[in-house]
Amino acid sequence: MSRVSVAAASAWRDPRRFLLSWVALPLSLVAALLLGAVMMLVLGANPINGYNAMIVGAFDGSYALGSTAVQAAPLLLVAVGICVAFRANVFNIGGEGQLAMGGLAGSATALALPHLPSIVLIPLVLLAGAAGGAVWGAIPGAFKAYFNVNEILSTIMLNLVAVQVMNWLLAGPMVDKTQNSTYGLIPETRLLPRNSWLPIIVPNTQLHLGVLVAVLVSVGVWVLLYRTSFGFRLQAVGLSRDASRYAGMPVKRTMTLAMTISGAMCGIGGALLVFGSISHRMVTDGSLTGFTGSDGFNGIVVALFGALNPLWSIISAFLFGGMIVGGDALQVATGVPADMVTALEGLVVVFVVSLEYMRRRSRATSVSPAAGPKAQPSGLDPPQAPLVAAGERGDP
Amino acid sequence: MHMNLARRGALVLAAAGIALGTAAFAGGASATTVHSHSVTPHVSALKVALIAPSATNDLAFTQSMYAAIESLKGSENLQISVSSNEYVVSQAANIIQEYASKGYNLIIAHGSQYGSIIESLAPKYPHVSFAWGTAGATFGLKNVFAYEAASNEGGYVQGYMAALMSKSKVLGICGPIQTGDAKLYVDGFVAGAKAAAASGKFKVTSHAVYTGSFSDNSLMASCAKTFVSNHADVLTGSSQSVVGAIGVAKADHKVWFGTQWNQASIAPGNVVSSQVYNWVPILKQMITAIRAKTYGGATYVIGLGNGGERISFNTKYKLSASVKAAGLKMISQITLGNITVPQ
Amino acid sequence: MSHFFTYSVLTATVATALGLAAPFLLAALGETVGQRSGVINLGVDGIMLLSAFATYFTALRTGNLFYAILVGMGVGAVMGVVTAFISVTLKAEQGISGIGIYLFGLGFSDLLFIKLVGTPLPISTLNPINIPLLDRIPAVGGMFFKQTILVYLAFVLVPVVTFVLNRTTFGMKIRAVGENPAAADSVGVNVVRIRWEAVLIGCVLAGLAGAALLMFDGIFQENLTQAEGFIAVALVYFGAWRPVGVMGGSVLYGLAIAVVLEWKSLGIIPLSASDLAATAPAVITVLALLTVARRFRQPAALGKPYERGG
Repeated sequence: MSRVSVAAASAWRDPRRFLLSWVALPLSLVAALLLGAVMMLVLGANPINGYNAMIVGAFDGSYALGSTAVQAAPLLLVAVGICVAFRANVFNIGGEGQLAMGGLAGSATALALPHLPSIVLIPLVLLAGAAGGAVWGAIPGAFKAYFNVNEILSTIMLNLVAVQVMNWLLAGPMVDKTQNSTYGLIPETRLLPRNSWLPIIVPNTQLHLGVLVAVLVSVGVWVLLYRTSFGFRLQAVGLSRDASRYAGMPVKRTMTLAMTISGAMCGIGGALLVFGSISHRMVTDGSLTGFTGSDGFNGIVVALFGALNPLWSIISAFLFGGMIVGGDALQVATGVPADMVTALEGLVVVFVVSLEYMRRRSRATSVSPAAGPKAQPSGLDPPQAPLVAAGERGDP
Repeated sequence: MHMNLARRGALVLAAAGIALGTAAFAGGASATTVHSHSVTPHVSALKVALIAPSATNDLAFTQSMYAAIESLKGSENLQISVSSNEYVVSQAANIIQEYASKGYNLIIAHGSQYGSIIESLAPKYPHVSFAWGTAGATFGLKNVFAYEAASNEGGYVQGYMAALMSKSKVLGICGPIQTGDAKLYVDGFVAGAKAAAASGKFKVTSHAVYTGSFSDNSLMASCAKTFVSNHADVLTGSSQSVVGAIGVAKADHKVWFGTQWNQASIAPGNVVSSQVYNWVPILKQMITAIRAKTYGGATYVIGLGNGGERISFNTKYKLSASVKAAGLKMISQITLGNITVPQ
Repeated sequence: MSHFFTYSVLTATVATALGLAAPFLLAALGETVGQRSGVINLGVDGIMLLSAFATYFTALRTGNLFYAILVGMGVGAVMGVVTAFISVTLKAEQGISGIGIYLFGLGFSDLLFIKLVGTPLPISTLNPINIPLLDRIPAVGGMFFKQTILVYLAFVLVPVVTFVLNRTTFGMKIRAVGENPAAADSVGVNVVRIRWEAVLIGCVLAGLAGAALLMFDGIFQENLTQAEGFIAVALVYFGAWRPVGVMGGSVLYGLAIAVVLEWKSLGIIPLSASDLAATAPAVITVLALLTVARRFRQPAALGKPYERGG
């Protein structure tokens, strides 16, 4: 704790370190974008046209902004879930599966209760989504807490299970049997009840209620993490399980709860994907990311760029959503495949994460030598020390 | 000091690596063209968008439509935009909406998974024509064309030939997902094999396995290997993931019947024939209708009888005359309507 | 069901399973070495994709499979340098940097594929090598001794890696660095260098895994691995950081996939249950997880970048 506050105080004293802290992130973005420009040039596209197409496609006009926000909402929720889990030192890479489970739970609920009025049905399906994701997060959480099964293993496996269960359900028990069955049934549900469709809150755009929900949830989680005793417990458990146990905290329950909440966030995201969709059905093409669009992974990146802080994640999710929307526009405008954006994302992540080093190095030099080895960043399974410190940067 | 040098060095290395990799493009094959320019000025240009779930060079589903629409760009004065690899349905939805709102005249949603999007969006853009394949429903909407491939017809012919030419009388059928033209093809193939067995009075084993994914090449390859290990000597399958299975056929010296695209080039010594889709005739019909201000309401089927499908025999494969004759006979029977291919 | 329990079908199933398991095994062995030294690499899948493409492209252009595999390993080595630099030298957060490398590999491999390869053609792949004498053993011969060279290599590497880790000085250093880097440092072990070497080995093996996968499929495709690299990482945990355990997990996984396919092709699994059956490999692994006693704990310094002193 003291290490963190020392670092916070000293960040303001040394302008160089201050610059590094605040400038590193945008600088790494710029570096990656430059590399992207090089790639575009070699691909025979004009990078200026390319980036222009991306920016226009993502941010130019209310319609584009709406699309970006809609794309960002599930990402934000996944990121928020990641923030919660990381706080307790648990790396949740099960977002993909939790999204799927949330979508399924929400869809099943809506299909089962079509006659409820919107004011009841919409919150209900979102809650159902949260429940579905929560269950899928609780499993690896409990495995880790009570059986010491590493969460990376269990979440990866559960992702696979979830996708196949989703495929089975959408092609089987939950399939829309009213389809023309000559050509086989497309793996999709019946048209979801109109009362469950997330209403568009800005006319002539795609911006639906789900975006608002995501932002509110994000703020709520920020409060939970930084202003409640539960949040403090999470952090304590994250920093040291043994010390927390010694202090009488229910470590295992806390860890499981962290993963459960994390899963619940992703579950709501899954419900957003379904109920905010243009097609108003839950549909997949059978592939691993046909439903989620890799939001489960991209959300991790969003959380990183948001310095693991739910509030900053709002901004990074928006930017990331813009990148995805822009990527499609890029392909249409210049013929550069959307994979370019994926590769660019990867580069940006690598650069940002690498530049963390510079920040950490400069911070470490301010710690008193008497602190000795204890002053080492106690890395961990998931990122913590540097990004916990970063969390304080974004902590208003 | 040491750190700085190492860091600088590695950054240079990384940049060099990336630069080298991308520089390789300079000598590489050109990509698929995206923008096309009008050639015949007397007819107004039509803006066409193609959204497909796999790559335009997938040697199967998407390539068949891409090649067809590209071939018409000059003669029909089309401006074509392509969004390929759109297998995430929600993102495809955004793109389709983009195209619709940007005044495209014809949006081809080439994939059965896009149906719900079309059903939902078409009513909002009544002056845009939506073409959806390959599942055959227009939802009763006036601006939706549906198109499908009666791939069961070619499947029947090839299944018939497969059963005749197989020595082990075990056929391997690798399907992706049980829907659309893939399911039709598989059903037709199995029916054809059974018909050959019935008329020739022998037994044939023709189980179909659905891998559950349109895109998982490895799973298709594994599926093919499993069949081969069960003594299948004739293989077939549908979707863009079959190239893995064709590779297995090639490696294990089995034969392959292809569909959706002429797959002879993939394994010239192993591919017997392919059911080739030709979407051009129905595309022309749609374009003509659109220019006449009819934006939908019709269902088009390509089949062996109307030139939309044909069985392309691989000239490099020495097919026995009797088997080929039997196949040709089946084709003419189906074309004449003498045989109704079960679905 | 009786069809399944015939000699030839069982043999074929196991043989397919081993062939399927080989890429997982190679990648997982590499990851084991890296993780024993304390470094997690979640970018394995991206590295496999890049090397699979490189292998494919080289084979396409030169027709020389050996050369192609070498190039695949080379790509693994280059990515190993990048990964080691980021994770060990720059001490970046390993989980996240790994995901960055995964995304980069995913996008870049497909970009290269789209731009450099016009219409994809399959390459001629490795021929199985039947080991003389051993392949005549009833049942077992057909299962184990009629594989391609990369499959043999994968399984041969298991005792090799075990030996290196447990009986060589190098292996001892790796383990020391993964358990207590400060102590290792104090007795003169160059922590950074050992981790670099371990990560490099890991990534070269990941490159080899990509090449093996490519050889299995015979052609490249977007996202060829379908997240296989992540499964390989998961298998390391499953195998409790021991090569033998990792082998067990890979074979189990490969068997699950092979058996499901076999049962589908024999009609044992009806078409209606086709999708549900696809969950089998993952579910089996999760169940096995719970039953395997958690005797082994992870390397104590896993995932923690090492910084000397304060």
